[in-house]
Amino acid sequence: MGDFRMPSLGADMTEGTLLEWLVHPGDVVHRGDIIAVVDTSKSAIDVEVFEEGRVVELLVQPGTTVPVGAPLARLDGVGVATDEGGRGPQPEATPKPKPKPKPKPEETLTPAPSPVPPAKEAARRAPAAQQHRDGSHIAASPFARRRAQELGVDLSTVVGHGGVISVADVEAAAGSGPSEAPPESVPPAQPPSAPAASDHAAAMRQAIGALMARSKREIPHYYLQTTIDMSAALDWLSGLNAERTVAERVLPAALLLKAVAVSARGMPDMNGFFVDGNFRPQDHVHVGVAVSLRGGGLIAPALHDADLASLDDLMPRMKDLVQRARSGRLRSSEMSDPTLTVTNLGEQGAELVHGVIYPPQVSLVGFGRIVERPIAVQGMLAVRPLLVATLAADHRVSDGHRGGLFLAAIDAALQSPENLQGGTS
Amino acid sequence: MTVMPDVQVLSFRDAVREGIRDAMRRDERVFLMGEDVGRYGGGFGVSLGLLEEFGEERVRDTPLSESGFVGAGIGAALGGMRPIVEIMTVNFSLLALDQILNTAATLRHMSGGQFNVPLVIRMTTGAGRQLAAQHSHSLEGFYAHIPGLRVVSPATVEDGFGMLATALEDPDPVVIFEHGSLYNEKGELPQPAAPVDIDFARVRRGGDDLTLITHGGSLRLCLTAADQLAADGISAEVIDLRTLRPLDDQTVMASVARTHRAVVVDEGWRSVGMSAEVAARVAEECFYDLDAPVGRVASVEVPIPYPRHLEQAALPSVERVVAAAERAVGRRG
Repeated sequence: MGDFRMPSLGADMTEGTLLEWLVHPGDVVHRGDIIAVVDTSKSAIDVEVFEEGRVVELLVQPGTTVPVGAPLARLDGVGVATDEGGRGPQPEATPKPKPKPKPKPEETLTPAPSPVPPAKEAARRAPAAQQHRDGSHIAASPFARRRAQELGVDLSTVVGHGGVISVADVEAAAGSGPSEAPPESVPPAQPPSAPAASDHAAAMRQAIGALMARSKREIPHYYLQTTIDMSAALDWLSGLNAERTVAERVLPAALLLKAVAVSARGMPDMNGFFVDGNFRPQDHVHVGVAVSLRGGGLIAPALHDADLASLDDLMPRMKDLVQRARSGRLRSSEMSDPTLTVTNLGEQGAELVHGVIYPPQVSLVGFGRIVERPIAVQGMLAVRPLLVATLAADHRVSDGHRGGLFLAAIDAALQSPENLQGGTS
Repeated sequence: MTVMPDVQVLSFRDAVREGIRDAMRRDERVFLMGEDVGRYGGGFGVSLGLLEEFGEERVRDTPLSESGFVGAGIGAALGGMRPIVEIMTVNFSLLALDQILNTAATLRHMSGGQFNVPLVIRMTTGAGRQLAAQHSHSLEGFYAHIPGLRVVSPATVEDGFGMLATALEDPDPVVIFEHGSLYNEKGELPQPAAPVDIDFARVRRGGDDLTLITHGGSLRLCLTAADQLAADGISAEVIDLRTLRPLDDQTVMASVARTHRAVVVDEGWRSVGMSAEVAARVAEECFYDLDAPVGRVASVEVPIPYPRHLEQAALPSVERVVAAAERAVGRRG
């Protein structure tokens, strides 16, 4: 028997809103299954389970905000795994007293297939209560769905007019029916609504501000920079891309990520977490990719084992990650376990960035824009594409000498780009 | 002591003429060119009297060659003048589409920013006056499709007067669509008359239950429909887009996010037109605020008919707007 708890999806997260259950009581779950969707102040995250077992009961209703660590569901498990022990720290977990168990209305809905095969993932991402008891689709306006979630109304209990549920129907149902009242087991005194878009942007800005202030307060940063001649890398890439369709081309950003990941493998003091006064180096290299969001804000989900992936594997994964980060569909493991972060300003960016480390990580590699500049090469003046790479690292863990070696390793890796192409897994 | 009146009441036709007159008086680089704009006073009487005031140098009758005189306008603009080119109807403008799309809209881009084309093209658009299919179409969407152009659609006397001066200030080509049914409409021009922006949509009537989004000749229709809806207890907000490229999404989305329902009213054909673009943007940007599908009222997909009853049947009407609004708020199946 074990609890499935509100996960920490980043060091800045103190609470989360359960948006949706993707499992029902009785379902068998496997490690890695996505079983719930949680809204943080940054985005909606698909949350994976790290245990094998059967869902006994769901303790929290969609729409409820609970602190990190609060039990969300009870699992009857064989061999309860040690939470996300290997997957990043779990700070500030303040478990709530276990709510009184009580069956929820939705538990009586259609018996869910168990377990849900991965191919059903897209379907499971649809908002809650998409179906009537008989399995037919519920026609409700997008605004009605949003209000239903805010008010805790189960759409399958709402009668629409003309076959479609509008917001008036939802509000009428919320105002009348006893079945729509929030069940007792919901932890009290939390706003029941997911934040609206504008609140969301403000909350995200607040979260970024708090985390970055903490980083600057606690982490004694030191900064290094080096200028990398990108001729070899770009020449090699254009040779590679010349034979490819546009969709298959590899961008410099992917090459840079791979170079960092491969270099980090040999630099344990750059790759890990500083928690409770101790540094915990990590065996895997999960590179956090800083993604700026269209409405403003920033998120840095992980590309897992980037050092082991081939470029042809990394490139689509990077694109997918960026796309999902922007559409707000990231997985819990991607949010919680980057072991170091790369920020790449890209073609539109400035030439140099001094990054702020993302706690509890201990290093951040920054890349500016690649620019053509005159440079002395073997005593002659030449024009070469140059890239300024920077490192912000944690003085509690390493010194400038080690940081310099790290940057030098990245530089060296980029001088032999062909060695970065393959994978090793 | 004389007291200046706050507003002057005049027709849309007179307002446009006063706008041209005002611009020509203030800037001698401004001149008017087009078919019958001089001696005849303009196909719709807009330029009546201007030849007498400004002379043949500045009010120029052209041959029946849209491609030729629009091209001449582009050349004059490149040479430092501020031409106003009148094309009698948007249907005829297709003869000059090569000049407008391939030259005026692209020169800045293709010259790396070295040459801009400060040209203003005015053209009549729209149906409703039994001028048949070759003089009645609403092709605003054709032009609003083209990067490099700014496209505006005045619907009021104030905009009929004031948009022209601002368009002449624009360093790039601006196309002004004047709906033919507006010319005789009277309205109030605040005094002293002044240029107006060509960037933003305007809420012409506030409301809470749904947003009617329209422009140009369909604005009156929507305001009338909003009156009828109000009598029925439905509060409709009416937005006049004013500028069709670039669209002022912010004003539209702010309204729809509040009313949760939108109906787009446009005299162009429904397929692949202005109404399609606006509806798509509302769906993209306001999806989670929508409580009903985005509705559209557009012209029936036929060449605009000549017989009066068929022409009226092909065009958006108050009844169709009211029906679409009622569907959106759930009063009709």
